[in-house]
Amino acid sequence: MTVLEFTIVVLAISLLAGLLGALTGLGGGVVVVPVLTLGLHVDMKYAIGASLVSVIATSSGAAAAYVREGFSNIRIGMFLEIATTMGAIVGAFLASRVSTHALAIVFGLVLLQSAYLSIKGTPDNIEGVEADGLARRLRLGGAYPVGGKPQTYGVRNVPGGFAMMFGAGTLSGLLGIGSGAVKVIAMDQVMRIPFKVSTTTSNFMIGVTAAASAGLYFHNGYINPQVAMPVMLGVLAGALLGAKLLMHMHVKTLRLVFGVVILALALEMIVNGITGKV
Amino acid sequence: MDDHRLESIIGQLLRAGVLLAAATVLAGGVLFIARHHAEAVHDRTFVLSAPQTRTLAGITQSAFEGDSAAIIEAGLLLLVLTPVARVVIAMVGFLLEHDRFYAAVSLTVLVILTYSLLHAT
Repeated sequence: MTVLEFTIVVLAISLLAGLLGALTGLGGGVVVVPVLTLGLHVDMKYAIGASLVSVIATSSGAAAAYVREGFSNIRIGMFLEIATTMGAIVGAFLASRVSTHALAIVFGLVLLQSAYLSIKGTPDNIEGVEADGLARRLRLGGAYPVGGKPQTYGVRNVPGGFAMMFGAGTLSGLLGIGSGAVKVIAMDQVMRIPFKVSTTTSNFMIGVTAAASAGLYFHNGYINPQVAMPVMLGVLAGALLGAKLLMHMHVKTLRLVFGVVILALALEMIVNGITGKV
Repeated sequence: MDDHRLESIIGQLLRAGVLLAAATVLAGGVLFIARHHAEAVHDRTFVLSAPQTRTLAGITQSAFEGDSAAIIEAGLLLLVLTPVARVVIAMVGFLLEHDRFYAAVSLTVLVILTYSLLHAT
């Protein structure tokens, strides 16, 4: 394969990954890393490095659109970023220490969870809850538009959400993914923040989290221009296209198909990790 | 200055940063392909990027010398700095809102990010 062919193939894969990632809300990283590793036999750590920068691009590129809708909560995001950035540094440090076999197995397990979420679908809770004491002292609550009217919401269980965000950051730094799914669960299920606010705030946080581990990946030399260039451009273009299509599409069937694809990638990743092929 | 206005400024800043980074990566990529398109990708383990393209000074110097790989790396570095700029703007915004607590929260995140980037480069 020549450099030109390699670039075109990776660009096409990344475009598709970014598109599917945006349509299903899972992000491009979960597809691009396994496809590069399993399909093109790219060393996993380079695939992870490339995915990490593409994650920053999609998160930042989509932020302007989300902000306009008025859903994201900058205080919740900033406060929890203390946890995700510390986790991301730990994750990036671990990534430079563990073998790719172990990375492949952990990645497979995360994919299994993504497949499950994609097939199951997520409930859209719009009800706001009463804030608890700590959340009130931290002024984490807010309001967001529901049917044109502002709906106020409170926040609960800040320590639980903070701890889970540390874990989300670690996974992000370890595997080069946005780990948006875990971030959303931390906010939506643990802290009882409305789903729309959780997803958009999560998107906002993903870029900062990934930036915290990108430094170490640069330092370790795992952000290779030849791999990262087509991945970053492809995923970004795919994600922007996906965000446009999302408004006119019914994504339920797509999520189901995508879930099955991810499930297959998860199993292959785990098997390859155990047998030492990745 | 209120939270919503702050968020909208940040959103626009992020998009501008990403577009600038993507344009730089694209320019480096086109140059890279033009120079190396016929070379073979032997094994996909790649080589670790050369030490001079792992530091900020090294990347910028090589990029200005027209090294296509370094231009791509510079674009990627610009991309990584975009969320960092976002945290700085948020911190200034909170200060303008006289919200010392959240300015301190932003500063904490900034210190963690700076630690990571300085430690790395």
